[in-house]
Amino acid sequence: MKEISLNLLDIAQNSVSAGATLIELTVRESQAEDIVLMSVADNGKGMSPEFLARVTDPFTTTRTTRPVGMGLPLLKMEAEMTGGGLEIKSELGRGTTVTATFRRSHIDTPPLGDLKGTVVTLVQGSPDIDFVYRRETDLGQFVLSTREMREQLGGVPLDEPEVLAWIGEYIEENEQSLQGE
Amino acid sequence: MAKSIAELKAIRDRMQAQMNLRKDDGDSIRVVVGMATCGIAAGARPVLAAIVDEVGKRELADVKISQTGCIGVCRLEPIVEVFEPGKEKVTYVNMTEDKARRMVSEHLVNHRVVSEYTIGAAE
Ligand SMILES: Nc1ncnc2c1ncn2[C@@H]1O[C@H](COP(=O)(O)OP(=O)(O)O)[C@@H](O)[C@H]1O
Ligand SMILES: [Mg+2]
Repeated sequence: MKEISLNLLDIAQNSVSAGATLIELTVRESQAEDIVLMSVADNGKGMSPEFLARVTDPFTTTRTTRPVGMGLPLLKMEAEMTGGGLEIKSELGRGTTVTATFRRSHIDTPPLGDLKGTVVTLVQGSPDIDFVYRRETDLGQFVLSTREMREQLGGVPLDEPEVLAWIGEYIEENEQSLQGE
Repeated sequence: MAKSIAELKAIRDRMQAQMNLRKDDGDSIRVVVGMATCGIAAGARPVLAAIVDEVGKRELADVKISQTGCIGVCRLEPIVEVFEPGKEKVTYVNMTEDKARRMVSEHLVNHRVVSEYTIGAAE
C-alpha cells in the first residue's frame, strides 16, 4: 500500500466483517522512539489459534490454495521490511487486536497518508459502529469517539455528508496541532 | 478557534428539521463501492470520498452510498456499481475521483449512463 492509512482502512474492514460493534484505531508516531505504530482493536468474532496461525503464515500455502486473503500478509511484509513487525492477538468470541510497527526512519516506511480519509470512509460505511480514533505524536495526542458524537447528534446518523465533513475537519485541525508549527 | 464536539448540536438541529421531510419509499438509487484490499490499494477511498462529497453537495437525498468487500477482478478496481430501481445494474470500472464526479452528475442526476467508464467498454 502507498500509505499506512490505507493499511489501516483495510485492516479495520476486517473488524467490520467480523461483526464488531466497537473498533479502536490507534496511530502513534514517535521520532524519539523511531517508530510508527498502527493498531486496530475490535470486539468482533475473533479467530481460533489454528486459524490465526494460518493467517499470519500464509506463505506455507500456495496462492491458489490459500484459504484467506492478502490484507494481513501484505501488512506483515511491509512492516517487517522496515525492521518492524506485525502482532495479532485474537480470542474467539471476544475480539482481535492487530498491531503493526514500522521503523520511522526506514526508507521503505510509507507515509501515514490521508488518515482522516480512512476514518471518514469507515464511519461512512458503518455509521452504527462505535469507532475510537486515537492519534499520538511526540507533541501530544487527541481522540475522536463516534459514540460521543452520537450523543450530541441525537438521531442524526453519522453518515450524513455534513457530519462526515465535520469529522474530516476535526481530525485535520487536531492533526495540525500535533505537527508543530 | 478549536473545533468542539458541541458544534454537532447545531448540525443536529439543522438536520432534524430536514430529515422529517425525507421519504424512503424504495425509489432510492444505490451506489456500491468495492472496498476490499484490492479496491483500497487501487484507489477506492478517494473514489468513495468524491461520490460522498458530490452527492452531499448536490443534496441527492434519494441516493444511498454503501461499501462492499470484493466485487471481482482486481485489475478493474476501483469498481463502483449503480442500482437504479427498475433498471439493470451498471458496473463502472477503473474509477478515479474525476470519473466518479462525472458519474454522479451524469448518471445519478441526469440518469444517463457514462458508457465509456463501464465494464462493457473496458473489455
Ligand atoms: N479482526 C478480525 N476478526 C476476525 N477475523 C479476522 C479479523 N481479521 C482477519 N480475520 C480473518 O482473517 C482472514 C484474512 O484476513 P485478510 O488477510 O485481511 O484477508 P481478507 O480480508 O481479504 O480475507 C479474514 O478473511 C478473516 O477470516
Ligand atoms: Mg482483509
